[in-house]
Amino acid sequence: MSAEKSERDASWRAELRGAMNAKERAAIPRVKMPELDPAYRVTCNEEVNQGISAEQAVLEATRCMDCPDPQCVNGCPVHIDIPGFIKNIQRGDFSEAAATLRLSSALPAVCGRVCPQEKQCESRCIYHKMKKEPVAIGYLERFAADTDRMFGKNKVERPHSNGIKVAVAGSGPAGLSFAGDMARRGFDVTVFEALHEIGGVLKYGIPEFRLPNEIVDAEIAALEALGVKFVKDCIIGKTIPVEEMSADGFKGLFVASGAGLPRFMGIPGENLIGIMSSNEYLTRVNLMGAGKKGFDTPVAHGKIAAIIGGGNTAMDSVRTARRMGAERAIVVYRRSEDEMPARVEEIKHAKQEGVEFMTLHNPVEYLGDERGHVRAMLVQRMELGEPDESGRRSPVPVEGAIEEIPVDMVIVSVGVSPNPLIPESVPGLKVSRRGTIEVNDSTMESSVDGLYAGGDIVRGGATVILAMGDGKRAAAAMADALLAQ
Amino acid sequence: MFKIIEKEHFSENVVKLVVEAPLIARSRKPGHFVIVRACEGGERIPLTIADADPEKGTITLVVQQIGVSTHKICALEPGECLADVVGPLGKATHIEKVGTVVCCGGGVGVAPLLPIIKAMKQAGNRVVTVLAARTKELIILEEQVAPWSDEVIIMTDDGSYGNKGLVTEGVESVINREKVDLVVTIGPAVMMKFVSLLTEKYGIPTMCSLNTIMVDGTGMCGACRVSVDGKTKFVCIDGPEFDAHKVNFDEMIMRLKAYN
Repeated sequence: MSAEKSERDASWRAELRGAMNAKERAAIPRVKMPELDPAYRVTCNEEVNQGISAEQAVLEATRCMDCPDPQCVNGCPVHIDIPGFIKNIQRGDFSEAAATLRLSSALPAVCGRVCPQEKQCESRCIYHKMKKEPVAIGYLERFAADTDRMFGKNKVERPHSNGIKVAVAGSGPAGLSFAGDMARRGFDVTVFEALHEIGGVLKYGIPEFRLPNEIVDAEIAALEALGVKFVKDCIIGKTIPVEEMSADGFKGLFVASGAGLPRFMGIPGENLIGIMSSNEYLTRVNLMGAGKKGFDTPVAHGKIAAIIGGGNTAMDSVRTARRMGAERAIVVYRRSEDEMPARVEEIKHAKQEGVEFMTLHNPVEYLGDERGHVRAMLVQRMELGEPDESGRRSPVPVEGAIEEIPVDMVIVSVGVSPNPLIPESVPGLKVSRRGTIEVNDSTMESSVDGLYAGGDIVRGGATVILAMGDGKRAAAAMADALLAQ
Repeated sequence: MFKIIEKEHFSENVVKLVVEAPLIARSRKPGHFVIVRACEGGERIPLTIADADPEKGTITLVVQQIGVSTHKICALEPGECLADVVGPLGKATHIEKVGTVVCCGGGVGVAPLLPIIKAMKQAGNRVVTVLAARTKELIILEEQVAPWSDEVIIMTDDGSYGNKGLVTEGVESVINREKVDLVVTIGPAVMMKFVSLLTEKYGIPTMCSLNTIMVDGTGMCGACRVSVDGKTKFVCIDGPEFDAHKVNFDEMIMRLKAYN
């Protein structure tokens, strides 16, 4: 119903389109996201982006041209009806905007915060052709989801149950997205989580200042309202062997166990005390509450922290280190800033917070003191050579250009490998050489009947939105298969 | 929540807990460990499973009070609950008939050794168990290992019980009198290091079980990494058991002091 009400040829939308011409729309400047002051925010964990007001949202929504062939939708991995939700914001129907988002995305409040919009939807916006800034789709998505969460009437109706039990291994974005879609189709869904908190990377990985836990908890509560059951402290493949799942009445299993093993570089001194993976650092701080009163887990408080890598996890780690008291927090990245995989906004925020960027440098060795604590790193200067298989110009060492830099904490954030727990515990499961589960791209079904997989366990390290897209596709395919039986 | 069914003090600082965890009790094998969180706000710490009763749905943990978390766990009484117990984790012990196996444990290391002793005996091996501690009252589980051992040798540093001397002396006495095909050692890192040096000298294959700092215990954090044969391995995923002769014990001992 919602979809029809919001279709492009709906009379209200035609009216909105006719009310203003393109030139007038284009004359409106792109909204600026209100942010906490950098000097204040490094002293706390409060969310940096404060969200836009209703007036700002309506004005920003007015900028959208409501194109006949909206390319933004093609830029979105889950094909959200972007003009549809934006035009609902423009006419002031925020809950209809949120409902439009919900049709395609299980976690709009999360995606509005953590998606790399500049590489996806916003990169395709018609405004680029006019040499202007794109419509702030991400800010609007967050606005609609937040407004609905805070002020919307709880309209969640538990769908009629079809009595078919399905299981999910992992409660991160792929698992939650799958669970929501299956529950809406009437399936009896149980999500099993290895950790003591639900949310996966949204909880242990992404920091509070970028994605507050209450946002994630609200999404989880919405799924519970749909009838989804959550079981913590339970590892499918270990606590419950996969072959016992069917004896327990589960007709299908979606594996979304995430990217497990952190990668290290294998350079001398990497096991010195004070050197850890970004997963360890972020888990200690985010999941275990290290450094907060009432929490027992310790964490190193480096005065001079080096973070190795240029992705979002590296930015999360370096900004966390600043908040945990690092006087110098340095990103060491072997290519130049142009090649950094992190979101543009994260790099900007990190710089505002006093993070130093040592691009075109790569650590080659760590030096320790007599107690085995790291005291310095040797970095090799790099220059950019020919493009490599990733299409980015590859870093080449500059001979003899090695420098010693004092550090007392190093966070290695150079990627992760898939978690081997489930792949190792399922006989006959086809796994790639990298350890990812091999699936049919359109159905997400693995080589084992009834076992589907998605997210980082398939992709080996991707984004929240891609993981969610996998969950969606797997849900559609598994539902079809089970209902046909 | 994971209810404590039974509690027994082995010594002032060592406590045995029987904990309700039916799924883990059913799926665990010798060598497996669990991650335990005593209460909200608590640390996640690894503890090796000493025993399990799948019918009663319980697992047995032996805990030595050494830090904040083990203190909290040891303070719990029957009827109270651990906030979280997750597992079984790690790779199970490789059990086969090899001939004569010397199983040597020090301190609370005897607890994770117990299921291995049992399994080695059931596989048809001759099992000689060497239990070591500083003093008599710290020798634990002697009665439980006895039925599964062809011989039990007790070593105490002060000579208050059994033979006076270190665990290595007990192991060496066996090596000197008969052919030993495998040594299994579990205990403090320093002890395992010296057992490993001893058996390397005699060329006897030796397996150790490592207990390192962990956070999640499922391969995610890498806090537990050790160097084995010059390569970085994760104790939680690749272990906890390794070929003792290839483990860099000095690095492991150094890393255990990360938060001291």
